[in-house]
Amino acid sequence: MTERDSTTITVAFQEAPPRVNEWRRFWRVFLQRRIVIFGLVILFLLVFSAIFANVIAPHDPYIGILADSLQHPNSTYWLGTDIQGRDTLSRLIFGTRTALMVGFVTVGIAGVVGVGLGLIAGYFGGVASMIIMRIMDALMGFPMLILAMLFAAVLGGGIQNVVIALSIATVPGYARVMNGLTLSIRENDYIMAERAMGSSNARIMLSHILPNAIPPMIVLVTLQLGGIIMAEAALSFLGIGIKPPGAAWGAMVSDGYRYLSNNPTLSFAPGIAIMLVVFAFNMVGDGLRDALDPRLRGIL
Amino acid sequence: MTELLRVNNLVTQFKTESGLVKAVDGVSYYIDEQEIIGLVGESGCGKSVSQLSVMQLISAPGDIAGGEIIFEGKNLLDYEANGPRMRAVRGAKIAMIFQEPMTSLNPVLTIGQQLTEMLHLHMKMNDEAARKRAIELMSLVGIPGAENRIDDYPHHFSGGMRQRVMIAMGLSCNPKILIADEPTTALDVTTQAQLLELMKDMVERFRTSLVIVTHNLGVVARYAQRIYIMYAGRIVESGTTKDIFGNPRHPYTIGLLKCIPRLDEEEGTKLVPIEGLPPNLINMPQTCAFLPRCSYRLDKCAREPWPEMTAVNGNHFIRCYADTKEKKK
Amino acid sequence: MTTYIIRRLLIALVVIIIVTLIVFFAIRLLPGDPLIIFLGQQATQGGISQDELEHLREVYGLNDPILVQYGNWVWGILRGDLGTSIYYHEDVGVLMGDRFPITLHLGILAFIINIVVGVLLGLAAAIRRGTWIDAVTTTLANIGVCIPVFWLAILMIYLFGLELRWLPIAGYTPPTKDFWLNTQQIIMPVFCMAVTMMATTARLSRSSMLEVTRQDYIRTAWSKGLSERTIIIRHALKNGLIPVITLLGIGLGMVFAGSVFVETIFAINGIGRLLVTSIFAQDYVVIQSSSLVIALIIILSNLLVDISYGWLDPRIRYG
Repeated sequence: MTERDSTTITVAFQEAPPRVNEWRRFWRVFLQRRIVIFGLVILFLLVFSAIFANVIAPHDPYIGILADSLQHPNSTYWLGTDIQGRDTLSRLIFGTRTALMVGFVTVGIAGVVGVGLGLIAGYFGGVASMIIMRIMDALMGFPMLILAMLFAAVLGGGIQNVVIALSIATVPGYARVMNGLTLSIRENDYIMAERAMGSSNARIMLSHILPNAIPPMIVLVTLQLGGIIMAEAALSFLGIGIKPPGAAWGAMVSDGYRYLSNNPTLSFAPGIAIMLVVFAFNMVGDGLRDALDPRLRGIL
Repeated sequence: MTELLRVNNLVTQFKTESGLVKAVDGVSYYIDEQEIIGLVGESGCGKSVSQLSVMQLISAPGDIAGGEIIFEGKNLLDYEANGPRMRAVRGAKIAMIFQEPMTSLNPVLTIGQQLTEMLHLHMKMNDEAARKRAIELMSLVGIPGAENRIDDYPHHFSGGMRQRVMIAMGLSCNPKILIADEPTTALDVTTQAQLLELMKDMVERFRTSLVIVTHNLGVVARYAQRIYIMYAGRIVESGTTKDIFGNPRHPYTIGLLKCIPRLDEEEGTKLVPIEGLPPNLINMPQTCAFLPRCSYRLDKCAREPWPEMTAVNGNHFIRCYADTKEKKK
Repeated sequence: MTTYIIRRLLIALVVIIIVTLIVFFAIRLLPGDPLIIFLGQQATQGGISQDELEHLREVYGLNDPILVQYGNWVWGILRGDLGTSIYYHEDVGVLMGDRFPITLHLGILAFIINIVVGVLLGLAAAIRRGTWIDAVTTTLANIGVCIPVFWLAILMIYLFGLELRWLPIAGYTPPTKDFWLNTQQIIMPVFCMAVTMMATTARLSRSSMLEVTRQDYIRTAWSKGLSERTIIIRHALKNGLIPVITLLGIGLGMVFAGSVFVETIFAINGIGRLLVTSIFAQDYVVIQSSSLVIALIIILSNLLVDISYGWLDPRIRYG
């Protein structure tokens, strides 16, 4: 664009900034806002609870003492009990396992498939792109939740099928973003240089395009994790997916509905847990995005 | 010639996450009626920021921290940035055109709408008169078939054409001063030449003063009467075009001119670049900013703060301790 | 512009075809004998003889090659035959026709509230960036997207239905029969649906406006001496609202998704509730048809959104 004419000042060769500074800068920007730190704390608690659930939960989440049913929060049962006498707090704590498991496995599967599809569609264009992106469009024609419901209904209940259903619902979004990223990265000069050098397609895709697409994809994934956990809760609320005695937050909300007048905590507590986790992922995702590339602020 | 604008010790700074950047650090200059001055410097030296400050178009995290901008007897910095008095100055008394013609026009409004809104606002013209005037202006700046093109959208015009539209917009309300911020940098060389000639004609016709902000010495050599050379937020040399090109005295200016290949040089003569890198403007030291790259440096330069502007002769000033006439390095 | 529209139409058509394929073959994923599935568990337990089963197999066309079955099914849809519900023993078209206006009623109201409040708040936050309006809006929006719609519904039922007893907690009487009761009944469901959508809308319109205000042409507008009001209304809004139109497409999806929960909890007989009950009743005819209809509606509305996008942007409209 700018014509380098002779009167432009020439500048001596500029060294690349040292690696150390990049990391430091990342952490400094990432941890800048308190809300992001708040999110990180929540996530840490989430992971900690999931790993050490059996250690920190005060009671058994699956078997309750019938005599203690429907108690209000008290000193023995901090958040009260349900109709079967199961401690709400313990069920919440064990619920973190479900939430995390579903969340991460879904993201893992959808991530690999979605990124792969988007990469292929974006890089090769043409027929491959047409087919792949139209199928993605078709899947996105369903609201994410309804798509997940459809597949969960068809595949049957149970946590595995919920994960598969959620993955199918999440893949189109990833594929679309990855497609866009691939298209724009592909236009860069250094990619053309690689082609001129004779690098194979696979090499260009895996060694050059993919690494550049990773930071925005990580941001996308983090931002969407909350949504996936919420979708799982929604499914288990409806009764698709994990059912009692399994400890899933959505199912707990649904159970508690029947006893709303007796003991509202049964429904409220898991809802708050869901909110906190989704909020945490959103805030951390925002922080990641700002630290990795604030220019994404309009897009992601 | 009467003085139109006088800027005294303008300071504009930006708060960044790494520290305070004094983009403009004590800049003083003046513009007379009907003259063309050049403001020259490399990217990041503060020349654009200084002009945006004159128009009070600086927004957070930037902030005009000090100085005066005296125009028509009043200090513009006394006016609230987007208040009615400043807005009465913008466009009507001092107008500005920008570097990127591709993005400086609103894509969803027609050229006609963008031209006439100023005429409505400042010249209080009605629709008919404004439209007529807009067509006139478009023809004046060399857009063929103006009558048909007035209802076109910006994307129907090429970069050069859009810049002509910007020039028409800038001059539409007969401002006293037109500031052109790197007006031709984004265009090819042929279009550059055409546009600069056009601007020169226009400002003569409208009796407007012109400030050309650029990094291209060639541009100002041909068109400007006086030149200010900026470096790291300050003016380091000022004088008439003849002074600057014929008798450059500041080491930076000397270095700049050495970079230009000349037709009368022998074949094979190497271009001499200025060594070193442009300075990091964050938390600058008090000493001369050009010191690390200067081949005329004295011991004094490392100890004393940056010097004031001193006269070399007549209207020719430099900001330097060294006597660059002596050694020819 | 015409090429733009035609291209979009063709793509939408392709997508619709793929959707029918997905819906059709997804149901075929179910394990077991399709005939049993279609007749429902109850029917076969009644002890139908093998001969009758075979006969029924012929009638349902289950012995035809799979592609023929697909073709017949699509052909049926085009003629308006959506099948017969296994659970309700009614024509699916009639079932959906009864329920659609109800979901529409709730959905449109929620959508209007969502757009009006969401867009205004988002715009205000962007224009007054950094002030308390921005801080409050952003915080509320950030929290809003985290609220599960079903939980909010339960919360409201508890508060307004049980404790304060201001509003009924279930049911839908047609507004034609009892307008005021109907209004009371829909306040909570509509509000729940609207809140989750509002949060997303506010965020989107805020970031869209912010993007616009950072553009060069806005700086040009300021340099011309125009007032803030003029700049926002004449220069910024049109550019900023164009992306917000895509919200219309997303909003519709959120309405359907929200309706699933809101209708279930408030016992309102709309499309969402139909979908849920058919999933549990394993009524695959209804599941198939209603998923298809929902997807079709969304794809078509996205098409409309795309086209209006093109119409609003002079770069596309005038080429």
